[in-house]
Amino acid sequence: MRIRKELFADERDDDLRLVGRPVRRQDIEGHVTGRSTFFADHPVSGLLHLRCVRSTEHHARIRSIDTTAAERVPGVRRILRWADLPKKAHNILTIFNFGIDDEPALADGKVRYLGEPIVAVLAENPRAAAEAVAKVRVDYDPLPAVFDVEEALKPGAPLVNEYIGRNWFRYWGDYDCQQIRFGDVEAALRSADLVVSGRYQMSPIEHAPLETNGCIVVPAEDGRFTVYTCTQGLFFSLDNTAAQLKIESNRLHFIGGTVGGGFGGKVDTVVEPLAVLAAMLTGRPVRYVFSRAEEMQVSSPRGAERIYIEDGVMRDGRIVARKIIHYHDAGAYSRLSTYGTIKSAAHHPGPYYIPNVWVDSWCVFTNRTPSSAMRGFGVTGGDFALESHMDVVARAIGMDPMEFRIVNAYRDGDMKAHRKLTQGAALIECVQVAAELAGWPLSEEARRASSRVGGGGERARIPPTPQSRTRAPAAAGRGEPLRAGVGEARRGMTPPPSWTGGQPATAPAAAEPGRREPPLRESERREPPSEPPRSGSGHGAIRFSSVFGSRRR
Amino acid sequence: MAKHRGRGIASVNYPIGMNLGGDPSQALVHATPTGKFVVTLSSIDLGQGMKSVTRQLAAETLGVPIEDVFVDTADSDTGPHCMGSFASRGTHRAGNAVIAAAKEAKEVLLEVAAEELEVDPKDLELDGRGNVQVKGAPSRAISVRDVAQRAHFKRGKSISGRGMFLVPPSDVDPETGEMNPVTTYAHACMVAEVEVDDETGEVTVLSLKAAYEIGRALNVKLVEQQLVGGAWMGISHALYETPEPYYPDRSHGPTDFNEYLMPGPGDMCPVEIELLERPALDGPYGAKGIGEMCATPPIPAIANAIFDAVGVRITEMPFTPEKILRALDAKAGR
Repeated sequence: MRIRKELFADERDDDLRLVGRPVRRQDIEGHVTGRSTFFADHPVSGLLHLRCVRSTEHHARIRSIDTTAAERVPGVRRILRWADLPKKAHNILTIFNFGIDDEPALADGKVRYLGEPIVAVLAENPRAAAEAVAKVRVDYDPLPAVFDVEEALKPGAPLVNEYIGRNWFRYWGDYDCQQIRFGDVEAALRSADLVVSGRYQMSPIEHAPLETNGCIVVPAEDGRFTVYTCTQGLFFSLDNTAAQLKIESNRLHFIGGTVGGGFGGKVDTVVEPLAVLAAMLTGRPVRYVFSRAEEMQVSSPRGAERIYIEDGVMRDGRIVARKIIHYHDAGAYSRLSTYGTIKSAAHHPGPYYIPNVWVDSWCVFTNRTPSSAMRGFGVTGGDFALESHMDVVARAIGMDPMEFRIVNAYRDGDMKAHRKLTQGAALIECVQVAAELAGWPLSEEARRASSRVGGGGERARIPPTPQSRTRAPAAAGRGEPLRAGVGEARRGMTPPPSWTGGQPATAPAAAEPGRREPPLRESERREPPSEPPRSGSGHGAIRFSSVFGSRRR
Repeated sequence: MAKHRGRGIASVNYPIGMNLGGDPSQALVHATPTGKFVVTLSSIDLGQGMKSVTRQLAAETLGVPIEDVFVDTADSDTGPHCMGSFASRGTHRAGNAVIAAAKEAKEVLLEVAAEELEVDPKDLELDGRGNVQVKGAPSRAISVRDVAQRAHFKRGKSISGRGMFLVPPSDVDPETGEMNPVTTYAHACMVAEVEVDDETGEVTVLSLKAAYEIGRALNVKLVEQQLVGGAWMGISHALYETPEPYYPDRSHGPTDFNEYLMPGPGDMCPVEIELLERPALDGPYGAKGIGEMCATPPIPAIANAIFDAVGVRITEMPFTPEKILRALDAKAGR
């Protein structure tokens, strides 16, 4: 690996003593000799082992849960249920006043994904816990499930999450998706030499850390709880655990900091609240660690994303319009997807100066394992789509893909689609160096281009932008009509339904805001909710100050 | 039936830190009575080297040898608040907090040394080897150890510092999406070379060549570790991994490493990297973050290389032999 010190040398002091040097890692000897201490290495005697009974259905009402046989397994000390939860539903961003408490830590009478925890067994050893889990009988009343993001948005789709009240998250009170509107995309598409569209699908991906999610909770003499944990956010998990258990945060003492791989998969704070609750209710130390199977299928993956791109491009290589619909598959619960959706919207249209940009970024609920953050959250899926599409467009106009990127690269002073000026750009230089490394010939003009020259001026302007609020298909009859995508010379793949318009105004709006599934009959309800799910319209007035600063009026 | 070679490129940028702001981190630095320093954080070391990079930043700023600094992470009773280790934010946010804390501690250190040497603190500097000396007159010096001793036992001064870095919250306009999502961006461009077997549909990545612009490489070995590891993860994302191989169909989910495919050491290709440093105005010594961006460019670069090799556009991840063979069949009208 080489550092190209000659580039941007005038912006840098290179007289530092330690910065830049390959100083040996403080913890490397422990890591390579296997002596580093991770959460699971804290010796604790008298542990109870926690293991969850998990849903075998994708979407079902629970008729009954029979734990009689499980309770008779020697070594079983207690079985936790939804009724034991101090807070009946939670979302990890609501501690910052963003989003909706939409997920019960144990099933609330319904399961919304395969593997959802229903009850938690506490036993003296892992074997007794496993045996008891196998003996819990759950009687399900299966419900129709929805797995595809675009299916989930259609009128008549099964409602996944009653706490949310519709199959998509509404932003800033009354917006069905996170929008970016910059310039007049439709006009620019009409005037483009060529319009090229594409559809890209990113798969769910497992974080696959060596160390699975888990924690050990030890009740301390002073009424506090020591939590050895592998969380990626110590106070984030501590504060969320306290909120979910409705206790003061200083009753929790979190110890972690050395983690066996995270990649975003250790932020959701799934194990700590149940384990602390178990320790509170039993007075015993508790260990709750995901098996590899749980880590792979139950712990949140990188969410799948589906991205539609439509580019208007000129023969000289300039992209003049980029229109994007980006669906995030959140699975059954929000977790962090509500935030990742905003992040993905802000990331478009990639590192390019494009004078007309239109983005709809949707957070959609389906009956699958809740997805959440993973390395490149809100970016990786978009970059797969954007950079694949850049190749498609370059070929469509017969331009070298490196030159095509340099022509369109953002430069210092350019206005981005989210209306902030570019500073510190360096894409052009990266393309030039990569071309050199790969022996890829560039034109004289491309070799001479610079991120510091040619930006700003006209390119710093915010163009006149027509208003257009996108409505979910199910809500089409109530708000503005859907905008028909009427560009010229379209080609490529099928556009999403919301681009083609023509939704019947009287569409049966199964997923209409506020609508709920018929309530369970009381006789079927073993554990009736004491905090009824908030209806979707209940969060209609979120002030849009920021993700972490917004508040309900 | 043959093997075909192709090249593909991808160029990307990456937003550093929690989007939309409201993104704080704190650090505490203090000296022991013998002039060693402890940095206390609640930031998490996931294996990325959080402890090591913050140690380097503290030693650089304090002006003491690296061996005299240790970093303690992640005890909520002692470490001040940090949002966490994600969003490529650790080095940038916690790094800035550590620098601020180290500066404050250094001020006290120099004050005490100035009293001992009977000079103005502004005339003092650290020599990086454990001594405070008068600028231009290195013979007038006192060891950091002695300064700490005097501070503790004679002058009653705490050589310590508090550091805070906050990216304040930003509004979002719901209609236009106007927002200030991030303070700085890292950049990259990658060229992937692949070989595609048109009989088996298998893709072999022959090489990855990339330029990464990361503001400042604070520790070149840690940077290399991230970039090479990230390249491996990118190859894995592109060609192998998913817990739902028939997405959106929910069946056939793997539950262990026999079923969950990832490349082995033999599937790793040579990775050639050059670094660019355009310092971020608000970065610790100009640094950005490299934790996440490194896994991204291999995915589209490989997709584009597959097209270059055999003329089929795979638009769904991962690019499995099955998808490639089906696309080749469709292209041939089979």
